[in-house]
Amino acid sequence: MTKLMEWIFVAGALGAIWLALLTNKIENIFVKDYYQLLLFSPIIFIVLFGIYALIIVLYRVFTFNNCNEAADELQKEIQEAKVDLQRQGFYFKEH
Amino acid sequence: MASVDKYSILLPTYNEIDNLPIIIWLIIKNMNASGFSYEIIIIDDGSPDGTLEAAQQLQKIYGEDKIVLKPREKKLGLGSAYIHGIKHATGNFIIIMDADLSHHPKFIKEFIETQKSHNYDIVTGTRYKGTGGVHGWDFKRKLISRGANLLTQILLRPGVSDLTGSFRLYKKDILEDLIKSCVSKGYVFQMEMIVRARQKNYTIGEVPITFVDRVYGESKLGGSEIVQFATALLYLFATT
Repeated sequence: MTKLMEWIFVAGALGAIWLALLTNKIENIFVKDYYQLLLFSPIIFIVLFGIYALIIVLYRVFTFNNCNEAADELQKEIQEAKVDLQRQGFYFKEH
Repeated sequence: MASVDKYSILLPTYNEIDNLPIIIWLIIKNMNASGFSYEIIIIDDGSPDGTLEAAQQLQKIYGEDKIVLKPREKKLGLGSAYIHGIKHATGNFIIIMDADLSHHPKFIKEFIETQKSHNYDIVTGTRYKGTGGVHGWDFKRKLISRGANLLTQILLRPGVSDLTGSFRLYKKDILEDLIKSCVSKGYVFQMEMIVRARQKNYTIGEVPITFVDRVYGESKLGGSEIVQFATALLYLFATT
């Protein structure tokens, strides 16, 4: 099953339950008391998920490791490499 | 370290005259220190800047057993460069990495040890986990990268934290098989490779890597890269 099929399958199943509750095919007391909440629950869910995703992304952006040490180390190694390569007869092309 | 394993490091190059000598020097230094058996296969796609001549000089210094040159006439794409390199590889493992110094060869030893610890089919470097990270990215670049990564994680659930990274170790036959099943071009090719690997139930290990964005030359992330990425994501979403 492709990821697309999985998503359609799960969305379809949840949608069917939602619709059945909304149209009172599955009768229960909760639906009567919280009809509005149920009606807008897909939108509420999407908005909440969006906020969650945004928080996660921003957190990960701000905690993204900058690797300054790795960059400094590399600069030193580049100089070291140039000296050593020239010593071994490597000719660096001028440009 | 007694081991019959040999690691063929594939370096596709195009106009890397400044970076090539440095990356080769770093690979030689780190691989000699690690004690593993290896070779470096340079696949230059007809660089006009003289990358091939620099590679020939390096081959003279380090020897034909360590540095193998397999140039091609012109740019023919990453997948075909790997195929071309694999054909001439004598190792049973293939390591792919960028020649632009964004990937540091010191991590290869960790890749190999991680592979050995679980007999993984693939070990991939990750910028998004543990001590991994990126140097030289601004806020916008990080935001796009993290956003795209989360979206991919949600849609594809690949089980791998860094999909577009191109610092990886593969068992040779598995790399051959994966390249045959991939259709993408450019950098999204790496994403398709790892997603297809998951689909085929290959085992994948991860090693956190530091990524130092291009020291010489420039790195780009423009509108066309984003479109390529989105297209590849939807394609993989619908087909895997």
